[in-house]
Amino acid sequence: MSKFKKKKGGELPAISTASLPDIVFMLLFFFMVATVMRDSTLMVKNLLPAADQIQKLDKKDRVMYIYAGEPSSRYTDKYGSQARIQLNDKFATVSEVAAFVLAERASKRQELQNVLTTSLKVDGDTKMGLITDIKQELRKVNALKINYTTRVGDYSQNID
Amino acid sequence: MAKRSAPEVNAGSMADIAFLLLIFFLVTTTIETDSGINRKLPPIEDVEDPPIIKQKNIFTVVVNKNNQLLVEEELTGISDLRALAIEFLDNGGGEGEEACDFCQGKRDPKSSDNPEKAIISLKNDRETSYKVYIAVQNELVAAYNDLRDREYMRLFPNEASSFVDANKKFSDPRTLSDEKERLRSKLTEVKLMFPQKLSEAEPSKTN
Repeated sequence: MSKFKKKKGGELPAISTASLPDIVFMLLFFFMVATVMRDSTLMVKNLLPAADQIQKLDKKDRVMYIYAGEPSSRYTDKYGSQARIQLNDKFATVSEVAAFVLAERASKRQELQNVLTTSLKVDGDTKMGLITDIKQELRKVNALKINYTTRVGDYSQNID
Repeated sequence: MAKRSAPEVNAGSMADIAFLLLIFFLVTTTIETDSGINRKLPPIEDVEDPPIIKQKNIFTVVVNKNNQLLVEEELTGISDLRALAIEFLDNGGGEGEEACDFCQGKRDPKSSDNPEKAIISLKNDRETSYKVYIAVQNELVAAYNDLRDREYMRLFPNEASSFVDANKKFSDPRTLSDEKERLRSKLTEVKLMFPQKLSEAEPSKTN
């Protein structure tokens, strides 16, 4: 008789949750790996132009970023639609670029101060005048290594 | 007939599946790195007396405010720029000491003497669009890279890789240091054959 005693009721046994932590950790690790930290929020339109003869910009600690482009739609009523420069989290004028570079350089370790690269993340529709001005400022503070950061793609995407 | 309860699902292997997925994603995701065209700006101090360069050794590329391209004073499409630049760099029109023994160009005496002398001068207007400028830069770099690839593969057929790939490998931090040393000398040799002499003029002002 005891053979049949086990079966009581028809309710389903509880699903084991022992593997739930594993799944959660898996997701956690996945996002940890895949997330790119962005240390400044973009305030300008930033559709980079395409190029295919490119070199990688490894070693994030040796790079400083200068953004430029038209202010994004949230800011247009305040700042207009003229292309502007963004340094860290603020809009800046051309004359502030030199001070920014010097400050960035001072914040890096001694041995890296001479190998810094300036990454220019400029929107494709910007006029060259602004970029020339930035380059001129960079030359003044001897930040000569620059990188025109681009998307990967054929050059023909730039011509419309 | 007694009602059977559903057997409990064995969850012991769940952790294995989870780790399998984790490792799969770890391997397949690449952290996004920025990439772009590297350039070196000239220092600001003016050269007292600039060296005199023969006109035939200068390849002028002008982009005007309407994003039109003038190559050697002729209106050209960007699609033809790479071929024209290669033709100019690879011309090898020099004689005697200035001869270029590896050039495969037309040896036109009106074009560049040798790749070492050849200078590409890029000029743009303040109103030029940045993306067109990048397209032009890209094509000029491509011209150099094409020629360097050709010479690299001719000189080091055993490497079985192009200059660009070898350069990528060289700048990859994962490459071992003795491998880097080995590549360095080969890369420099080819770089010296076709030095990137891309000069940018001060921008023209428009009123």
